Amino acid sequence: MTVLKPQGVLRPGTGPVAWLARIALAAVFAFPLLFMVVSSLKPDQQIFGDLGSPAAFLPVGHLSLDNYAAVFDRVPAARFLLNSVGVSAVTVALGVVVNSMAAFALSRMRVRGKGIILTLVIATLIVPFETLALPLVWWVNQLPWLTANGFSLELTTGWLDTYQVQVLPFVANAFSIYLFHQYFDSIPKELDEAARMDGAGWFTIYRRVVMPLSGPAVATVAILTFLPAWNSYLWPLMVVQSEELRPVMLGVQYFFQLNVSWGEVMAYTSLITLPVVALFIAFQRAFVNSIAASGVKG
Amino acid sequence: MTTHSVTDRASDRAPHAPRVGGRAARPGPLPGPRTRPRSGTMAGAVARREERLGWAMIAPAALLLVLFIVVPALLAFGLAFTNARLISPYPPEFVGLDNFVRLAEDATFWRSLANVAYFAVVVVPLQSALALGMALLVNVRVRGVNFFRTVYFLPVVTSMVVVSLLWLFMYRQEGLLNEVIRAVTFGLVEGPDWLNDPATAMPAVILMSVWQAAGFHMIIWLSGLQTIPGDLYEAAALDGVSTWQRFRHITWPGLRATRNLILVTITIQALSLFTQIDVMTQGGPLDSTTTIVHQAVQTGFRQQETSYASAISLVFFVLVLIVSSAQRYLTREKS
Repeated sequence: MTVLKPQGVLRPGTGPVAWLARIALAAVFAFPLLFMVVSSLKPDQQIFGDLGSPAAFLPVGHLSLDNYAAVFDRVPAARFLLNSVGVSAVTVALGVVVNSMAAFALSRMRVRGKGIILTLVIATLIVPFETLALPLVWWVNQLPWLTANGFSLELTTGWLDTYQVQVLPFVANAFSIYLFHQYFDSIPKELDEAARMDGAGWFTIYRRVVMPLSGPAVATVAILTFLPAWNSYLWPLMVVQSEELRPVMLGVQYFFQLNVSWGEVMAYTSLITLPVVALFIAFQRAFVNSIAASGVKG
Repeated sequence: MTTHSVTDRASDRAPHAPRVGGRAARPGPLPGPRTRPRSGTMAGAVARREERLGWAMIAPAALLLVLFIVVPALLAFGLAFTNARLISPYPPEFVGLDNFVRLAEDATFWRSLANVAYFAVVVVPLQSALALGMALLVNVRVRGVNFFRTVYFLPVVTSMVVVSLLWLFMYRQEGLLNEVIRAVTFGLVEGPDWLNDPATAMPAVILMSVWQAAGFHMIIWLSGLQTIPGDLYEAAALDGVSTWQRFRHITWPGLRATRNLILVTITIQALSLFTQIDVMTQGGPLDSTTTIVHQAVQTGFRQQETSYASAISLVFFVLVLIVSSAQRYLTREKS
């Protein structure tokens, strides 16, 4: 017998097949990461011994933080972490200030030709960084910089192997400007006028009126700046040579020199991943919103 | 003070007005006693101060964008026609089309183009379809759905370097993946030596790349799905429409804009393939995984031939332009 009338409202995605698919996918995405963290706690011999059984994904057997201790012996991991935290934090802070300031002027103030400027800024979005990276290496090697030498300032040439070469190219970002611009346009202009009645200048309006109301935009830009800064590999690979300036991602090269200890590799990769995962879990909504925001790029 | 703010408001709106009606519909003269304050008056001084401050606020971003995007883009054009080296005591000399002639004869470069095309042709449909499936699975109001979203998204916040190392370990001949294959087939299937076999190296990189990035595009599909009005689905449910018809006639057409965006971003991401290759295979075995960006880094950085790398970057850039405009053309709004 066939049912002639639909029984209530059809709700796809709630049946057993959908649940099975959801759970299978969750396993596919979570198990490799679980394997990484679990293996980081085991001695090499046990990692290989467990591969053939479900124990590979379980924290069982001889667990210790020995691999983590060994990582700090093999790699200046603390230094690398510090470098990455510093470079990402400065890039994010400068990025938020520089891009929001530009977006504020383009959104709010009377500046001739701002429509053209905004169009030009957005045009730079079509260029993937990878196409510019190689000419950019040559270019930063020609740029001058002022270095403090004792009490006198000295003019040096070439940014290779510095901190600024890891930060400055990634501060200004067309997409961040675009996001701030969109957000500022949604804040009522009456607020500016009220502030101006009270004698506030434009910079005060930016700092005291508009920016405090732009938390979500700041979070989005901060996340979209932070992730590539923390994860950057191609760029520091080419422009950083000295050990004391290296970011975390370059640390992986240390593990394949003599004898490879996979337990240590997994400990190092866990170490540089867990801070980001913790941030993600804490600010989940903001992360997801920022990725969704990048969906308006086209 | 009151007059100023009236003029301010009028001219604040002015730049947006032409966009609404297109180029033909210019706005008429603005209301108010004076549309543009003349210099010499108090209003003029205020306007000039505003203009100066505005430029000062734009300047840092503009300067950095010029320095790190516009100049390198122009340099890619310029240096490609010279013999510039990364570190050299001599200034670059113009050498005409030499780099491009060399490029045309460079078998490894052609191989890298073919590899990237292979990667893109498989990854673009695979990753967008998987991500759409995942988005549909978590776009349901059921308990625990947020947990699944979080889990699917975890590889996205994991750096590509970390993911590459993890999979390098899992792809070993006696690695986790082959052990899992052995376990689920009761020892009947022996997995290959994934990354050391020219036939399986690229598929292995593809599988891993899709695993890492699918969650990202799931979020973009999700935000597209949420723009589709719910009453369309309710109406369909009342008509007793099947799940497939529902998808075919409501969801799929509703995702047009998202679809175009996802196609363009995955394609450009695929053309830029580098990190996975550098960490896992260094382009091998037998150049079976070398890519355009990997070639650019090999020549421009490791062999310090900036000019040749610029020529490669230029070809890459043209490729990106062709792909994105072709996709824009193919998926354009049909009116």
